[in-house]
Amino acid sequence: MTTSSSAAAGGPADDCGAVELAAGVHWIGALDPGLRTFDLILRTANGTTYNSYLVRGDDGVAVIDTVKAELAHDFFARLEGVARYDEIRVIVLNHLEPDHTGALPELMRRAPRAQLYISKRATAMLKALLKPRDDDRPLTYQTVGTGDEVSLGGRTLRFLHTPFLHWPDTQCTWLVEEGVLFSGDVFGCHHCDARLFNDACGDFRFAFDYYYAHIMRPFKRYVVEALKLIEPLPIKLIAPTHGPILRDRPRRYVTRYRELSTPSLAERLDQGERSLIIFYMSAYGSTARMAEAIRTGAEEEGGIRVSLYDLEGGETQPFVDLIESADALALGSPTINGDAAKPIWDLLSSLTVIDLGGKLGAAFGSYGWSGEAVRMIEDRLRGLKLRVPVAGLRIKLIPTDEELEECRAFGRALAGTLVRGGRGRVVEFAELQSATIENLGV
Amino acid sequence: MAKAKITFTDIEQTVNVPAGTRVIEVSERIGAGIIYGCREGDCGTCMMHVEEGWNNLTEPSVLEEKVLRENMASRHDRLACQAQILGDCKVKPA
Repeated sequence: MTTSSSAAAGGPADDCGAVELAAGVHWIGALDPGLRTFDLILRTANGTTYNSYLVRGDDGVAVIDTVKAELAHDFFARLEGVARYDEIRVIVLNHLEPDHTGALPELMRRAPRAQLYISKRATAMLKALLKPRDDDRPLTYQTVGTGDEVSLGGRTLRFLHTPFLHWPDTQCTWLVEEGVLFSGDVFGCHHCDARLFNDACGDFRFAFDYYYAHIMRPFKRYVVEALKLIEPLPIKLIAPTHGPILRDRPRRYVTRYRELSTPSLAERLDQGERSLIIFYMSAYGSTARMAEAIRTGAEEEGGIRVSLYDLEGGETQPFVDLIESADALALGSPTINGDAAKPIWDLLSSLTVIDLGGKLGAAFGSYGWSGEAVRMIEDRLRGLKLRVPVAGLRIKLIPTDEELEECRAFGRALAGTLVRGGRGRVVEFAELQSATIENLGV
Repeated sequence: MAKAKITFTDIEQTVNVPAGTRVIEVSERIGAGIIYGCREGDCGTCMMHVEEGWNNLTEPSVLEEKVLRENMASRHDRLACQAQILGDCKVKPA
């Protein structure tokens, strides 16, 4: 939706002028519409923006975040339209990644009076970024945490410690008098639209969710902690470092983060019930029969919801969503030319976008003559920091009845570890290592 | 071998470990929320707060002290990749 009033209150940003978003608050960022890939991993169908902001108080000016080095010219041009360098008393860095600090060294040269404000976790990064030499002017900065404030005279910046969104150093800055949250990458997205404001831009809902899925999702636990600080604020406007400025119903974006960060399966499971997902590939049905027997064994344990999927029949992405909500993951693959089947690796290489902390992993498979796949999958599961409590199960060619009983015991052992490893129980260190089914006494 | 209990209060899980075990060896496998970076005491990412049993961890090395200072650690913060467990303690992400 585009309205003439929205343009008047903060017009298009394609003329290298600053754009006012609240009384004494201006956007002085840069547009990068030609960008098609961000940080090697994100597709950006219409580019992105690097949002920087300027806040004017009675006693001075604050600049909040900067832009990518290549676009520093636009940033300085916009800044010079609304402030002099000798007025800048405060530079806040909500996040030190180079797309937000590229113009920082030059800004520090032009505004020598300015004091840097960074989070407590940002010090080492700041030094690594600026690489001060012995003969340089000493690098001075102030570290801040939740509740710390800096006054600009009639304008108060209050800091929120929100680490790991999505680097250790990240923080948010709250402009008390105007109800503006400078949120860093939180609530951001890669969507470049010169109209700047969410009620004036094109539909960017996909970009918002896509950004969350790739940048914030691995840190959901920290998103939840940050929301505890953000949700009580009387927010009038959210000013993130990428994408549209959220002035129209900003709280719905906070609500969306809450929805995206809330476990989806937990409410569908019975109280205390745990979830195991078994994925398999099978060329001649042997690994499939193992998978079914493992499911039967796991279900015998009770208190566990088991799901079984043939990887051949589905796309990777929905399976990643399932794994995010599961407590344990078992992967079955035959061995083909000394390796697991490719869909197994496709799935395992797609799990970096979710938090795997505390999940159990297991591997199994039938093989013809070499059988390396199971060990290789286990190694990868450990590499992803899953706990692999039950040693992998390999069966040569077609499973016999006795071997299928081994599979059921494997399922019981895995399920038993999962069900008995609940909160409040003291876990023995040895249990965190792999054990054979015999050692587990199953 | 002497044993010690370490509790990760963010996930309410306690593990009984051999004395001398590093926190990093336990926390990831049990699923605690401490996040690791370099894993060698340099980046400060894995800073944790020791809620109880501060004296039941090995003394920080000179290098760890330096990293803690650089990261503005508060009094009972340690690096989980460096600290070894000697007695019962309770920790959480810093």
